[in-house]
Amino acid sequence: MGDLWDGLSQAFFLLVTLDGDLVEITLRSLQVTLSALVIASVIALPLGALLAVRRFRLRRVTIAVLNALMGLPPVVVGLIVYILLSRSGPFGVMGLLFTPTAMIIAQVIIIVPLIASIAHQALRELWTEYHDLLISMNTTHVQRMKALLWDGRRALLTASLAGFGRAIGEVGAIMIVGGNIDHATRVLTTAIALETSKGDFALALALGFILIGLAIAVNFAIHWLTQTEREGRW
Amino acid sequence: MSRMFPLIVEGAVTRRRGKVLVGPVDLRLEARGVTVVIGPNGAGKTSLLRMLHGIARLNEGRVQWACDEAEARERQAFVFQTPVMLRRSVRENLTYPLRISGVGRKAAEVAAEGMADKIGLSGALGRSALALSGGERQKLALGRALIREPEVLFLDEPCAALDGRAMREVEAILLAAAEGGTRLIMSTHNMGQARRLASEVVFLLGGRIHERGAAETFFDNPETPQARAFLRGDIVE
Ligand SMILES: Nc1ncnc2c1ncn2[C@@H]1O[C@H](COP(=O)(O)OP(=O)(O)OP(=O)(O)O)[C@@H](O)[C@H]1O
Ligand SMILES: [Mg+2]
Repeated sequence: MGDLWDGLSQAFFLLVTLDGDLVEITLRSLQVTLSALVIASVIALPLGALLAVRRFRLRRVTIAVLNALMGLPPVVVGLIVYILLSRSGPFGVMGLLFTPTAMIIAQVIIIVPLIASIAHQALRELWTEYHDLLISMNTTHVQRMKALLWDGRRALLTASLAGFGRAIGEVGAIMIVGGNIDHATRVLTTAIALETSKGDFALALALGFILIGLAIAVNFAIHWLTQTEREGRW
Repeated sequence: MSRMFPLIVEGAVTRRRGKVLVGPVDLRLEARGVTVVIGPNGAGKTSLLRMLHGIARLNEGRVQWACDEAEARERQAFVFQTPVMLRRSVRENLTYPLRISGVGRKAAEVAAEGMADKIGLSGALGRSALALSGGERQKLALGRALIREPEVLFLDEPCAALDGRAMREVEAILLAAAEGGTRLIMSTHNMGQARRLASEVVFLLGGRIHERGAAETFFDNPETPQARAFLRGDIVE
């Protein structure tokens, strides 16, 4: 019990004094995950729109693949990315293994399927609403996708936030491809894992609080977005 | 004069899961006039308009405009029985058809303001279209359809949710459009409106054209007993 209280009070101390390590790790986490989020959204949101408006031949297959990828354990994604980026792998010459870039790649692969399928679901609904009108107006496929992406932006933001939540809390894959190197690839989750195993609960708890804070913020944002969605604002 | 007409429809049938929604239809529409499609619920009015507009699959027969198909598509607009609102402001709903056909933002907004004035929604330009009443939605849908100045305008019960005064306003807009050269093809359940607007009437029953004629002859002297019963307000089987 004493250990726990010690840990908690030290954790608060670290948070309040903006401990250097804590800030560095948090910023790196945000940098990696936000980069992954932007890249994944640029891929996944148009993909969701495309799946909603077009009945192309590989559509079913694509959806099936996305769903399968969503169920893929992140550790396996980490393993695959590791093999691809390792020195003997096909992209080995680029020297990306154990860099933040490698972690971004792994996170992108993990959250693209998630964001794409949430986006697809939401946009399919919007498409049934818009279908007749946009067909009647003789719009091109690109115009239809644009209309869906713009008018469905709240739902899409929700999809992206879900991706953010998943990526920021991910540990297995980025541990493998990032290597949890101090001052290089150490992020919130991998640091927590390490500090816990070392028995240094203070830093682990402080990092944990930040992670919890981020998760709550994301959920709050999603809640607020669905709320305004229902009320038809902006 | 419009190069789209005559519109020739031959043996056209639309089915859905094997069930005939409308057809077979044979029809020839000339460039002038206002065609009003009437008939009981489920007669196929909506299906016929959608088929002519080209947004329902044609399972048999043909629907042939005088100009080529791509051109014909560009020059038509459709006002749906249940108005579809883009989840945007009233202004953006009005500018959308112009913006997608390459009109600049400024010009589109000027046109939108003019149209909002016409349909009595000037005060609502900045509001979300989702916050409009049923009647206001119908007016917005009409304005959005008219803003590209289509040569052919399909209207599926455009006044269903309108009060008497709004209906008169909309009819005035429609008549003005017709005078300006827009060919109106519409359905309605309101026989008063049909009399006021129609130059020719298509009476549908069970998915087929049961009777068709110039408005005056049809209303004063319908040929078939079913049309007579329908005009009297009786149940038609
Ligand atoms: N999507 C659909 N699937 C199956 N049947 C349909 C579908 N849409 C319409 N129908 C059927 O086709 C027939 C014609 O429908 P339609 O909507 O054209 O009638 P309508 O004359 O417009 O009726 P209303 O006056 O109620 O608007 C009806 O029997 C209807 O039940
Ligand atoms: Mg109908």
